[in-house]
Amino acid sequence: MSTDTTRFDLDRPWRVDPRVSMRPEPFGALLYHFGTRRLSFLKNQRVLAVVRSLADHPSARAACTAAGVTEAELPAYARALSALAESDMISERTVV
Amino acid sequence: MTLTQDLAASAGNLPTAPPASSAAPGKLTDLFQLGLDAPICLTWELTYACNLSCVHCLSSSGRRDPRELTTQECKQVIDTLERMQVFYVNIGGGEPTVRPDFWELVDYATAHHVGVKFSTNGVKITPEVAARLAASDYVDVQISLDGATAEVNDAVRGPGSYATAMRAMENLHAAGFRGFKLSVVMTRQNIPQLAAFKDIADRYGAQLRLTRLRPSGRGADVWRELHPTAQQQRELYDWLVAHGEQVLTGDSFFHLSAYGSALPGLNLCGAGRVVCLIDPVGDVYACPFAIHENFLAGNIRNDGGFQAVWRDSPLFASLRAPDTGGACRSCGFYDSCRGGCMAAKFFTGLPLDGPDPECVQGYGESALASVPSSSAPKPSVDHSHRTVPVTISRRRPPSHDCDESPLAGFAAQ
Repeated sequence: MSTDTTRFDLDRPWRVDPRVSMRPEPFGALLYHFGTRRLSFLKNQRVLAVVRSLADHPSARAACTAAGVTEAELPAYARALSALAESDMISERTVV
Repeated sequence: MTLTQDLAASAGNLPTAPPASSAAPGKLTDLFQLGLDAPICLTWELTYACNLSCVHCLSSSGRRDPRELTTQECKQVIDTLERMQVFYVNIGGGEPTVRPDFWELVDYATAHHVGVKFSTNGVKITPEVAARLAASDYVDVQISLDGATAEVNDAVRGPGSYATAMRAMENLHAAGFRGFKLSVVMTRQNIPQLAAFKDIADRYGAQLRLTRLRPSGRGADVWRELHPTAQQQRELYDWLVAHGEQVLTGDSFFHLSAYGSALPGLNLCGAGRVVCLIDPVGDVYACPFAIHENFLAGNIRNDGGFQAVWRDSPLFASLRAPDTGGACRSCGFYDSCRGGCMAAKFFTGLPLDGPDPECVQGYGESALASVPSSSAPKPSVDHSHRTVPVTISRRRPPSHDCDESPLAGFAAQ
């Protein structure tokens, strides 16, 4: 898995793939994709809050801000979201 | 938890785990070591009945148990798994597809958001069934085959079993099912066939899954003849390293990590921490390879059902406690292999806090040499087909009048 973030656009609207099941755990959350049969982990509560609220915000950046992610922390969150996008856990949603 | 650049880690196919890109792979392993609110996946053996009698069957299957869970009880288990958000179950047996309600239960599970992967010898995978399976995202199939040739396979799994498995794979492939699993238990006889197994998987669009032979169930009787030699273990490790995440292992070879770099996966014993087994009569064991009263955590028929067993069983609590490493603590490779497989130690008569019988540093071999094979615990559950032929007794001449009739000897008045 690459950590290349060029493919991830913070300013686009995103959502969790409908085939993904998300289970909160004390350390964050477990995500399971029924299509690819892959498992991912979210390693803290804040990144879980971001992922959970992606669909409610006009952009991933807005979801991060709403969850209290600071400007300095943003690159780390972008990398995490990028990894999730690469494994199809989240996908861009089309704005109507 | 401090913010690392790695807030999300991908884990590959279940039940494997963080890939090389994970910045802190050890950390997640430590968290998993303490257990989860629910298993990531669990193994559920639906029946002890099986059309085959594989010599290494880990559950000593063959005959149905009259106490097996009813359809209604199985559906209640699925309701519980849905509530606990268990992503999917590995259904096995015995041969699970011989249960008359098998497809009903698969449909019920997927309708309740519990994914299903089932293991089969292929006996019921007709073209019609294959087409149906190919249509679902929520069902995965695992075909068992333990030899890349009929000769090697049938010696272990029985006459005709190679042909059955190949036909099932042909049907799945023809139906357009891509990425089903071809599952192989690695033995001394089939390790030379690694490349041939890969070819078979590629031919049918399947993914190869290699797992470790455990001395569990009937496997205890044949383990000494079938388990890989030290040299073969090395060959297998190199092959797994070369093939990376293309080949699944169910995390079963973490004891080989002591050769050098860790194999993809969790590299820890998940028993009672991230996995467990529900057997056909509802007994919950710490792991599918540990069907023995020492690893019995409870039964889903008791108050609180499966959830109470998972959360409250004293056995599981003890498995989730940090382990000390025991005799292995002073070994420089302990962080890699974590002492190996609990079931492999137990059923070869080795202490649980010592080396694995197949320890790649050779400590298992010397430990085994000092344990008389008769001291290994026997499985407490056995549903093997009776191998003593039952002959219908012919009438023998009565040795006593009363054998014929209780009224013999009484003359009619």
